[in-house]
Amino acid sequence: MPNWLGATARQRREAIEGYLFTGPVLLGLVFFALFPVVASLYTSLNRWDLIQPMEFVGLKNYVDLFDDDTYKLTVRNTLYFSAGIIPLGIVGALCLALLVDRQRRGVNLFRTLYFMPVVTSVVAVGLVWAWLLDTDFGLVNTLLGQVGIAGPKWLTSVEWAMPSVILITAWHGVGYNMVIFLAGLQGIPDHLYEAAQIDGANAWQRFASVTFPLLTPTTFFIAVMSVISSFQAFGLIYIVTMGGPANATNVLVFYLWQNAFTFQGKMGYASAMAWVLGLAILALTLAQMALAKRWVFYE
Amino acid sequence: MAELSARSGPIALARLSRRRNALAVVWQYVGEGLTYALLVLIGVGMVLPFVWTISQSLQPTQSLLSYPIRWIPDPVTLDAYTRIWTTLPFARMIVNTFFIAMVSTAGYVFTCALAAYGFARLRFPGREVLFTALLATMMIPFAVTLIPLFVIMKTFGWLDTYLPLIVPRLFGGAYGVFLLRQFLLTLPRELEDAARIDGSSTFGIFIRISIPLIKPALATLGTFAFLSSWNDFLWPLVVLNTYERFTIQLGLSLLRGTWNTDWAMLLAGTSLAIIPILVVFFSLQKYFVQGIALTGLKG
Repeated sequence: MPNWLGATARQRREAIEGYLFTGPVLLGLVFFALFPVVASLYTSLNRWDLIQPMEFVGLKNYVDLFDDDTYKLTVRNTLYFSAGIIPLGIVGALCLALLVDRQRRGVNLFRTLYFMPVVTSVVAVGLVWAWLLDTDFGLVNTLLGQVGIAGPKWLTSVEWAMPSVILITAWHGVGYNMVIFLAGLQGIPDHLYEAAQIDGANAWQRFASVTFPLLTPTTFFIAVMSVISSFQAFGLIYIVTMGGPANATNVLVFYLWQNAFTFQGKMGYASAMAWVLGLAILALTLAQMALAKRWVFYE
Repeated sequence: MAELSARSGPIALARLSRRRNALAVVWQYVGEGLTYALLVLIGVGMVLPFVWTISQSLQPTQSLLSYPIRWIPDPVTLDAYTRIWTTLPFARMIVNTFFIAMVSTAGYVFTCALAAYGFARLRFPGREVLFTALLATMMIPFAVTLIPLFVIMKTFGWLDTYLPLIVPRLFGGAYGVFLLRQFLLTLPRELEDAARIDGSSTFGIFIRISIPLIKPALATLGTFAFLSSWNDFLWPLVVLNTYERFTIQLGLSLLRGTWNTDWAMLLAGTSLAIIPILVVFFSLQKYFVQGIALTGLKG
């Protein structure tokens, strides 16, 4: 970087152009990211329904979270959802990627089909599956009925609602991680496989000692992204179960939305939830980065 | 093996290895067959929900809710489509969504390209710090900024207009800037230098030389930005109130909430929302896959 004061006219001109080119994005950064983050923190220290003026209450909103049984339930539900979707999403996507990795006739068609749900909106996916999993008229229970199994109430029973939501989410998103894994797989040089083969490694040994270690950076990336997105589940739950039955699928962001934007208008309380959620995601991401040194293999 | 130890001559060895080869070939065919069976099975699992939705949307309501399963609609009826058109301002919603997605995507891609050029090619004090700060905003969960953004839009009097859905995107975003900057950095600078010697302004070089060179990356980013605007749910849900201004996703979500008994109409609406996106997907699929591969590789 040239010394700004001693800069030539040409360097100064280039710098001004630099600020002009990046200016709109940097303004957006201030207006739509930095300011909202600070404002959210401030709001979380107040009681505010958007109508009455803000009333400063200190840390009360955060303390109240500990006494809110519904909030604690949504924390447990979010952990349940994440504990289901993250391993399922990663293992499922890896299996699909391995399945469509090798060039064989028609493989591009299968890649395309597996990716198809990803481009469809969460609302459409939710509606399709709400219909498929309808207890009385849904295709799934009808087909189960034909082989003599009485299908459960997928979306309307406390035990089955969350597993159903997890499965639908996996169906919707597995193609996305598959493509990332596929890119990782294609980045593994062929000569490593050939060397392993010459050493007499069988298919499983080749996977365990070549594919998997070289795929750990990709897996790490997917794991980090999966935590971030699974902690923010909202759309599918809104469409499919509305957080029900009996709050069995009510997760953090859904409860936050209920507090802020349904009749309750608890902006301060919802902001406190948002901050706790943000800090939890940050802590988990940092923890994953720290742990990465132990298992992620960088060439 | 017993055979081999009994008469271990060269002929016996050759015969054995021939038999082993034949066995290996058989296994290979079996393996290929099983792989294809699995590929097709999963493919059906990915496609069937869509096909089923579209086929069922063409059935009269009473045959939707009766046995046996009718895979092919008979008689075909467009009743549900006529009903959705008259019950909701569905055409209006499609136009709204299209307008919002087009304008916001065009602005988003242009602003990102501008900033990417600035970060990749121009030298100015604070460039690295600002770029890192921009990347850091990708880590901020939307739940944290949701409430303050809502309050900003309310303060501006923009609630229940298209502006909250368009204006923030016109300021670009970290993901787009990152993607385009990476792409720009892989390109040689000779053409730009030549144009500069010929007396072109920086903006002229950006428009006439860089933009055409990064067209594939722009197409990828544009596809993603369009899709994310088209499929967006939580933000429009929070800022829009009037049916006439709804996006298609909000319109669809009404079908589950208010008229959840009218399955035929729900399926018709879902089909209307899915079909255009799938058509776009099949024609532009290489851009989707490229875009994800580009981000994934950075992990």
